Amino acid sequence: MSKSSKPNATTERIRQTLAKRYRAEKRFRLYGVVAILFGLLCVATLFVDIIGKGHGAFRQTYIQLSVDYDADILGISDINDAQQLALADFSGLVKKSLRTRFSDVSGRKDKRQLYRLVSNSAEYDLTDRLKTAPALLGQSEKRWVLADDDIDTYFKSLNSSDGAFVGRTSEKQQQWVQSLIDAGQIELRFNSQFFSNGDSREPEQAGIGGAIVGSLFTLFITLALSFPIGVAAAVYLEEFAPKNRWTDFIEVNINNLAAVPSIIFGLLGLAIFINFFHVPRSVPVIGGLVLAVMTLPTIIISSRAAIKAVPPSIREAGIGIGASPVQVVLHHVLPLALPGMLTGTIIGMAQALGETAPLLMIGMVAFIVDVPGGFTDPATVLPVQIFLWADSPERAFVEKTSAAIMVLLAFLITMNTFAVILRKRLERRW
Amino acid sequence: MQTSNLIIALLVMSALAYFFGYQRSRGFARQLGGVSNLHSLPTYYGMRVALWCGLPSVLLLFVCLAFEETIISKMLLSGIPDEIRPTSIAEYNLLMNKIENLASGALSSEGVKPALLDAAAALGYLRDMSQRLLTGLAMLVAGGGGFWGWWRMSAQLRARQQVEKIFKGFLLLCASLAIFTTLGILLSVIFESVRFFQQVPISEFLFGLEWSPQTAIRPDQVGGSGSFGAVPLFLGTMLISFIAMTVAVPAGLMSAIYLAEYAGSKVRSFVKPALEILAGVPTVVYGYFAALTVAPLIRDTGTSMGLSVTSESALAAGLVMGIMIIPFISSLADDVINAVPQTMRDGSLALGATHSETIKQVIIPAALPGIVGGVLLAVSRAIGETMIVVMAAGLAANLTVNPLDTVTTVTVQIVTLLVGDQEFDSAKTLSAFALGLMLFLVTLGLNYIALRVVKKYREQYE
Amino acid sequence: MSALTMNLTATASEENSFDSAPEQTVVEDTVGFPLVDDPKIRARNASVFYGDKQAIFNIDLDIGKHEVIAMIGPSGCGKSTFLRTINRMNDTVDGCRVSGEFLLEEDNIYGSKMDVVELRARVGMVFQKPNPFPKSIFDNVAYGPKIHGLAGSRVELDEIVENSLKRAGLWAEVKDRLQQPGTGLSGGQQQRLCIARAISISPEVILMDEPCSALDPIATARIEELIAELAENYTIVIVTHSMQQAARVSHRTAYFHLGKLVEVNETEKVFTTPEHKLTEAYITGRFG
Ligand SMILES: Nc1ncnc2c1ncn2[C@@H]1O[C@H](COP(=O)(O)OP(=O)(O)O)[C@@H](O)[C@H]1O
Ligand SMILES: [Mg+2]
Repeated sequence: MSKSSKPNATTERIRQTLAKRYRAEKRFRLYGVVAILFGLLCVATLFVDIIGKGHGAFRQTYIQLSVDYDADILGISDINDAQQLALADFSGLVKKSLRTRFSDVSGRKDKRQLYRLVSNSAEYDLTDRLKTAPALLGQSEKRWVLADDDIDTYFKSLNSSDGAFVGRTSEKQQQWVQSLIDAGQIELRFNSQFFSNGDSREPEQAGIGGAIVGSLFTLFITLALSFPIGVAAAVYLEEFAPKNRWTDFIEVNINNLAAVPSIIFGLLGLAIFINFFHVPRSVPVIGGLVLAVMTLPTIIISSRAAIKAVPPSIREAGIGIGASPVQVVLHHVLPLALPGMLTGTIIGMAQALGETAPLLMIGMVAFIVDVPGGFTDPATVLPVQIFLWADSPERAFVEKTSAAIMVLLAFLITMNTFAVILRKRLERRW
Repeated sequence: MQTSNLIIALLVMSALAYFFGYQRSRGFARQLGGVSNLHSLPTYYGMRVALWCGLPSVLLLFVCLAFEETIISKMLLSGIPDEIRPTSIAEYNLLMNKIENLASGALSSEGVKPALLDAAAALGYLRDMSQRLLTGLAMLVAGGGGFWGWWRMSAQLRARQQVEKIFKGFLLLCASLAIFTTLGILLSVIFESVRFFQQVPISEFLFGLEWSPQTAIRPDQVGGSGSFGAVPLFLGTMLISFIAMTVAVPAGLMSAIYLAEYAGSKVRSFVKPALEILAGVPTVVYGYFAALTVAPLIRDTGTSMGLSVTSESALAAGLVMGIMIIPFISSLADDVINAVPQTMRDGSLALGATHSETIKQVIIPAALPGIVGGVLLAVSRAIGETMIVVMAAGLAANLTVNPLDTVTTVTVQIVTLLVGDQEFDSAKTLSAFALGLMLFLVTLGLNYIALRVVKKYREQYE
Repeated sequence: MSALTMNLTATASEENSFDSAPEQTVVEDTVGFPLVDDPKIRARNASVFYGDKQAIFNIDLDIGKHEVIAMIGPSGCGKSTFLRTINRMNDTVDGCRVSGEFLLEEDNIYGSKMDVVELRARVGMVFQKPNPFPKSIFDNVAYGPKIHGLAGSRVELDEIVENSLKRAGLWAEVKDRLQQPGTGLSGGQQQRLCIARAISISPEVILMDEPCSALDPIATARIEELIAELAENYTIVIVTHSMQQAARVSHRTAYFHLGKLVEVNETEKVFTTPEHKLTEAYITGRFG
């Protein structure tokens, strides 16, 4: 280290400020780090919270009953008579099985509590069982049936660190559960109904199947409308639009619409599509229409970017061999811009898939049990289903809601990852 | 014929028209000694005839369909005797529903006024008639158009230009949809708002301090008119947006600055996508998070500190909304910071400024217009955000700026008023559209200014 | 002669082959007199790398006190890179590495005792493209004194700004509009503003990287006059593309070629009787 030269007056003054300035520098960097950590913490908390709450919903509590398909209780004389089967008292069958299992239970109040161990879907399960296997009439078998949601919540919470969640279960019911546990007659099984069922007032029977199908129908309409129209608009603006007021006005409108709150599109759907054009409410068609109008600006903007990225030399070459501008666009520009347009479209679709607010106003909040079978069947969509469940008081819906959110996020992450991959591909080409 | 079948029939006719046009042009080509002697390729001739066949008929079909219901109900109404003629829109909807159900047989005809039964029968008849009329008309136009197009063909016809012109017209139409959408939004909110302001004076709406839109069921009940002073909603919206911005602006800005100016490429490539996840999370998820996790947390913390916190505090909604907006601000700020030319940084660093001095005194001032534009866009988002506040903020229209209290917002009220039964003649339902109008105008203004500011800024460093 | 030209084009097109086969180059040692007694700046065995790519090769050069030294050479030969080693602006470039010994008087520029803030306050820099901050004219000049805490009071600050603008020859033109934005000035005025900004913190050395290349001839002439005046108080290192400019303003001229220092001599000698063939080829306009 060489000896320092004698500093002049300026350097001397600067040296005095240095310590303070470097402290400020450190502090500033720290703010940055804190901001980033805060953001990351939010991401982590959100995911941990939702997964923590929701993972349980993928398994549901089942109770094993030994069912005696007694013709007398059922009131069936001829197993092949559909009428008889429809009127048969399967609920009595379930009750009987429960009474047999817990034979010491007496008293109306206790019995009622006992019957509430299993879901009321158990009788439908037994109906279906007997329909598919008529030979069982008069026989008995061991059958796993769905437990009631309160029992499910209680059973799942038994091993949790914060202690068991009693909720609405009575002490008696808790004892019965214990006895079932000791006998190995209660267990958690994969909850396939969660993915196939529609909505239900009974949490243990509620599923996102209907909402997912509704979302798919709705998204299909959205895609079918917004992709062609968006691409056409983008092509016009990039390739054919003259520089005039109208074009400028279109651009201003597109940019502004991209930032208009989504709820406004709900008002548009209600006032114009439903009240004026008499499109029916609560169906994928109206949902798709509103979401298409909403995502159109996104798709136009990204499609324009994709068209812009096509090198002008391609157009010049096309014109050079005598093709008309329209032919050049259709045969040369569009195919090259397609991946970019698709990327934007996927992102737009992901946006539409997660959207809730405008759909509330066009009747897609209805309570719908059946899985929709077409574009004009009453339907709800996944985010709206989440909204509905989040509002439900039953404790078991917390788990369901979080699980539905997990499924929704999984869809969105898949779509966005796909878009990112597509964009990476695209970047490599030029 | 049913509408869907009719559309298929028209498509088939167009396909046939294409075929005939194509064939005829081949015929010309044979006479002239080759396709190259035609003005355009045979496919264009085909397409031209197909367009002549399909376009006018489909257009006609859609126009008719759009007005069919309105015309039919007008005709029905004219046949209904005065004593049961509806006086309000609600009655009108009820009546129409009844007739509809009678016609479809969902409602039994027992004990129903004969006038209604007549109307139900008329409805069936009118529907049937209009369907037939439409089918005939559309087919006629399709056939006629196709024939005209086919008949007017010649070898010199500029078929390609004509087809391309129509194609460009279609593109222009698609692009202009943006304008029609804006127009549609304006019309839908203005129309109903005007009806609202006929019932409630605009000054009361804009300056009134009390909001309780729950009109009584029967007019003789107390508080039958409800009160529509929207100031508590405006204040609530501003309070929650303000809380959101106090979270999002510093966090978004500082993380953008850190990522753009300090972080190495490795950190950046991990942190950026991680933060962007926040931007992709649907708002309903944030709403759920706010209502079930953040709000109880804040309430419990507050209570343990001896504060009285409601379980639907403005703070919880605002905080979560802020988290949602962080990536929005951060990515916009990242863009504008990166647009500041490197020479500006060099100039400051070469003078001996530290990195943070350079950022604070040169880069941020240089990027300020862009940052302000981004923040304005974020504010407009916060104001228009719906799900978080619907789920985590309350319905109580309190006139307060205490973040621990419950407030309600414009969007919450719009949703609450419009979910479920709507009566398009009551001030209650119409007030949602007046709120929508306010929301649209304010966000439009903010967006317009913000986009202009950002654009100006970009041009400055082009 | 033709053999030399061929050789040159060959090496020029194979810039990267230097690492593998340095003996092919025509440049071995710097000719002329690169070293002086009691220098202001001393560089020994200076090399700079951008990642794996070497941009400067073992340069030895001294710069005297109150000297104006011009650096010339074809573009991409490393003039700017060498210049930026002196105030450590290369530190801000990702993947840039500097080796060798650099002294500012007795202080080691890259030593652990050297504070980069202090260094850059002592070694000012003016860039190729005028880069005033988006602030008022006054604030542009006051920026340096303010961050370094050089002005005790507003009056002192006013004084510093006025003096700097006067020395940069801009005072008369802007004294009535000090509060207007610096970006509103003409290109030549902006560059003089940047010079005023650089001298506002009384540096010992001023580095100028092609300060006139973005300016018209009249503005250029004005800056050249200014450099001559400033030379009385400062050591000036100026990179230029214009040989006339080098001839007009500098005492010595250094010729760079592909990252090597080929020749350093009195300016007049370089432009009349260059010692090295490459220098001759450059100044006679055979390449550049
Ligand atoms: N930031 C950088 N990263 C990588 N290489 C660089 C960078 N800056 C300059 N170089 C390379 O270093 C060499 C010298 O560049 P430079 O010093 O700018 O030349 P000059 O100023 O003489 O025109 C060139 O080959 C250039 O490509
Ligand atoms: Mg250079």
